Order: sequence, then C-alpha cells, then structure tokens
Amino acid sequence: MRRWRAPFALFVVMAALVALPHVVPRFHAYVAAIVLLTALLATSLNLAIGYTGIYQFGHAVFYGVGAYGTALTLTRTGMPAPVAFLVGPLAAAVLSLAMGMICIRLSKLYFGMLQISLGSLVWAVVYRWYSFTGGDDGIHGVPVPDAISSPKASYYFTLAVTALCVFAMHRIVRSPFGKVIQGIRDNPVRAAAIGVDVKRHQLAVLVIAGFFGGVAGSLFVVVENSVFPDMMFWTFSLEVLIMCLLGGMYSFFGPFVGASAIVLLRVFASVHTQYWGLILGTILTLVIIFLPDGVLGVVTRRPRAKGEPDA
Amino acid sequence: MESVSNLFSTGTLSQILVGLSRTTILFIVSSGMSLILGVLRIPNVAHGSLYMIGAFAAWSVIQLLGGGLFAFLAAMIVAPLIVAAVGFVLERGFFSYLYEREHLMLLLLTFSFALILGDLVKIVWGPEYRSVTVPAFFQGSAEIFGLPLPWYNLFLLVVGPCIAAFLWLVINKTDLGKMARAAAVDGEMVGAVGINVGWIFAFTFVLGSFLAGLGGALIAPMVNISLGMDHSLIMETFLIVIIGGLGNMWGALLGSLIFGLTQSLGILVWPQFGIAFPYLAVVAVLVVRPRGLLSSTW
Repeated sequence: MRRWRAPFALFVVMAALVALPHVVPRFHAYVAAIVLLTALLATSLNLAIGYTGIYQFGHAVFYGVGAYGTALTLTRTGMPAPVAFLVGPLAAAVLSLAMGMICIRLSKLYFGMLQISLGSLVWAVVYRWYSFTGGDDGIHGVPVPDAISSPKASYYFTLAVTALCVFAMHRIVRSPFGKVIQGIRDNPVRAAAIGVDVKRHQLAVLVIAGFFGGVAGSLFVVVENSVFPDMMFWTFSLEVLIMCLLGGMYSFFGPFVGASAIVLLRVFASVHTQYWGLILGTILTLVIIFLPDGVLGVVTRRPRAKGEPDA
Repeated sequence: MESVSNLFSTGTLSQILVGLSRTTILFIVSSGMSLILGVLRIPNVAHGSLYMIGAFAAWSVIQLLGGGLFAFLAAMIVAPLIVAAVGFVLERGFFSYLYEREHLMLLLLTFSFALILGDLVKIVWGPEYRSVTVPAFFQGSAEIFGLPLPWYNLFLLVVGPCIAAFLWLVINKTDLGKMARAAAVDGEMVGAVGINVGWIFAFTFVLGSFLAGLGGALIAPMVNISLGMDHSLIMETFLIVIIGGLGNMWGALLGSLIFGLTQSLGILVWPQFGIAFPYLAVVAVLVVRPRGLLSSTW
C-alpha cells in the first residue's frame, strides 16, 4: 500500500488541478495559474539553494529575463510563438551562465551578495531602457497566440508546462548528477577530493535553474499578457527565497507548497490591507525563529527521502 | 565621440566633486554595514531601512524645531540616535539569540525586518514624498577653481573624512574598538578571557545603525525622502562592501570612492546607462581580486 501513496496523492492533486477551472470562478483560476508558475519558479531556485547549496540570491532576474525575452520576441519580431517561448528561457540560461562565471569564484555569502547586486544592474538597465523594454511601464498587451490566450487555455498551458518542468527537475534531482550536486552541498571539499569538478557542476546547476526560472517567466507572459521590471527586482528574489524556506528547502515539493502559500496569502491580504510587507515580514520572522526547517520540514523532519541511503 | 570629450570639459571637475560628496554618504552608510558584517557576520539588508528611517527622522526633527541651522544640526545628531535606538532593539531583541544560525537565515531575517520597517515607516510618516530644505547657512555655492560647488556638497566633503577619522579612532584607539576587532576574529576566545561579547556585538550593531541613520540624515536635503529610497541604496552598499573586502573599513572607503567616481564619470559619458559603470568596475576588480581589494576579516 505504502508505495502507492505518493503516486496516488500526485494523481489526486493533478485531477483536482485539471478540474479546477471548471469548478471555480475565473479569477480563482487565474490565481491558480500564478500559483503554479510561481511554484515552478521556487522549485527551480531550490535546485540551486536547497540541492546544491549555492546562495542564489538573485533568482527573480532569470524569471524576469525569461518573461522579457518571450514578451519582446512576441511583440517586436515576427517570429513564431514557439520560438518566443524558447528565447525567454534560453536568454535566462545564458545570463545565468554569464553571471555564474563572474560569481562562482566567490564562496557562499559573497556569491549571493554579488549575484543579487549584479541582478540589480539587470533590473536597472531594463528599468531605464525605455526604447527597448518599455522602462518602468513594462510591456502590456503582449500578443499571445490565440490557442493559449483564453483564461482557461492559458491555465491549462501553465499547468502542462509546470508539470513537465517539475517532472524534469525531479528526474534531474534523482539522477546521478542530482546525487553529485547534493554531495557538493553537503561537503564540497570531499566532493572535490573524489574527483568531482565542483565549479562545473555548480555552473551547470545555475544554468538549469536559470532556464526553468525563465520558463516560469514565459508562463507569466501567457497568463498576464504583460511584463514589468518589478518582477526582477531584488526584493522579489528574496521573496522567492522565502517561499523555499517556508516550504522547506530540503524537500523537493517544499518550495511548491511555500510558493502556493505565499501567493495565496498575498492575493487575499491585498484585498484587506496595503501592509503586505508587515505581514510577510512577521511571518518570516516567526518561521526563522521557530521553524528553521520550514513548514514541511516539521512534517517530514528528515532532509532525505525514505529508503535512500545516507548521503 | 562627443560623449568622451565631455570628460575633458570644464564640467568634469565639478561633476567629480559633486560625485565625491555623494560618495561621502555612500561611505558613511557602507562603513556601518561593513562594521556589522565584519564583527557580527550579518549581511544586513535592513541597513537600507535604517538609512531611510534616518532621513525621515531628520525631516521630523527639523519640522519639530521649525527649521534653521540649529534645527538642521540637531536633526543630524538626533536622527542617527533614533536609528541607533532601533538598532539596539533589533540586536538585543532578535539577533543576539540567533548568531549561531547560518548566514542565509540571518540574511532572510534582516530582509523580514526590512519589510516590516518599510511598512512601519509608511504607517508613521505616510506614503508622501518629504523634502528638507538646505538651511540658509549652506545655501549658495563656493567657487572651486572657478566652478560653482554648492556649500552643502562642500560640507559633506568635510564631514566624510571626519567620520572616517572618528571611526579610525574608535576602532583602533579605544578598548571597545579593540575588543570589537578581536571579537571579529575569534568571538569565542574573546569571551573566554572574560569580555562580554554580547555587549560588544550590541555596541557594534548600534554604531553601525548610527552610521546608517547619519547617512540618511545627511542625504535628506539632497533628495526626495521617500519610501523605497532604501531599496536602491542597499545594493550599492553591498557592492561597495564586496569590492572593498567584507568587513574592512578602509575597503568601504576605497569601494565608495570607486563606486562614486565611476558613477559620476559614467553619467557624463553615457547619461542613460551611467549607472552601469560602477558595476563594470566592480566586475573588473573582482576578476583581478576575487575577495575584494583589501583583506577581509572573514
């Protein structure tokens, strides 16, 4: 019975997600789509921070670049839509590689501080480059292909892509490569001693995480039909980090849960109050002081899955 | 290349001097951050919020005392003290229990304080812009090599070195400063010889917060005091601390100089993206010296 529990839970969740737009009002389906793509974003960040131990503090930049890449290709070139959906994530992956090569020589906190500040340069350029990126107004009314432009279709597209990407990341984490990066997280010196090229693996993870972050950004264009610079501002990078922390960084689906919680909370809080920062800050403070392993961490307790040997 | 020839025009020198006076504020704020980073190992994202509170508090003090030179100078002292008090509460109330946590947690905790303080500022001072007029004493411009430089910028150019000298004295010549430096290297050992490390940490955090508040108070007459003024500053401060070497005070000075000068020259060369030049300088420095220009305390 036990081994069927996880697939069964997955099946129930997927069935619920597929049925969702037929059951709930339109606005809720829209929120659900935002939840899904934000969860994808948080899961991609967790590849770097939770699985490899890289202090990826500027992750929202790749999200933003993915979104801008797709939006700009759709609005400014005549290229077919599938190309646009590749351009965004690939641009994010390339930027991630470039920034990674600059930052990777620094360790831990140094890396994170440099990455978040370089990310703020990307933000500043996007923010000021009116003629190309639309500056602080962003780009509105992006011509998304008809097939996925209706609210329901965009939801299903988001669901399908998110499921695919999360599945791919799950495979990556369970692959030999995934084991190696977890080894690097637990002890980089030892990993290097047994012949692992630590820097190269870290760069690979950065590229993968940047790519999937970019996919989340492209999905944002589909759901929202617009992009704006604030989605790559450093405060949002740290918010995504909070999602990982809240859900638990040492479980694969933790960030998914954390992202859902934060996005839903934000949507419902914004109806009642303008002091979102106060709410999020208070929650975060309480979580850090009382639940350093995250909400799911309390439930699962152990960083590794059952049946796996000690890392 | 008309833009490059701008560099050699008469405006360049005054641009550099104005840039340097802004550097003063960057230095004051980032030296506070560097101090906290070096001794307490906290990458304090809330440092920008403290700076913002300093600016708003200076505005309030000036409003309360009705303007004039005296009100202005009082604000320059009272506002940083208010911020230092906030820092004291944060350190004793929260950080002092959490020094053992990993940096990631501390960074996120300071981020949550930044969020909370940002909203508290909104509650206390409201979302409107505030502005402080330069007192009559500082109005007008001085002539430097035939070029006008506002008196207030000149005042900042004097204040900066004074603060640097003051910090040097505190850190190198007082017992407290020596203990703080020792605690930065090995806190446990300092505790073992009977020094109350907790209070050293509190002192350092309060001094760092004071500097953030002072930076905010000093910049108050030069900018619109607004919500969000903390957001851009904190990234600049991060970069300065990184190029200087984490926790190194003189590194903060050097970093601020590089940052301020490349920025003001960059704006001359390419007005729209002048902001990119300091970042390029940072990348160039880090390619040559990955751990910053001066030695880090880490």
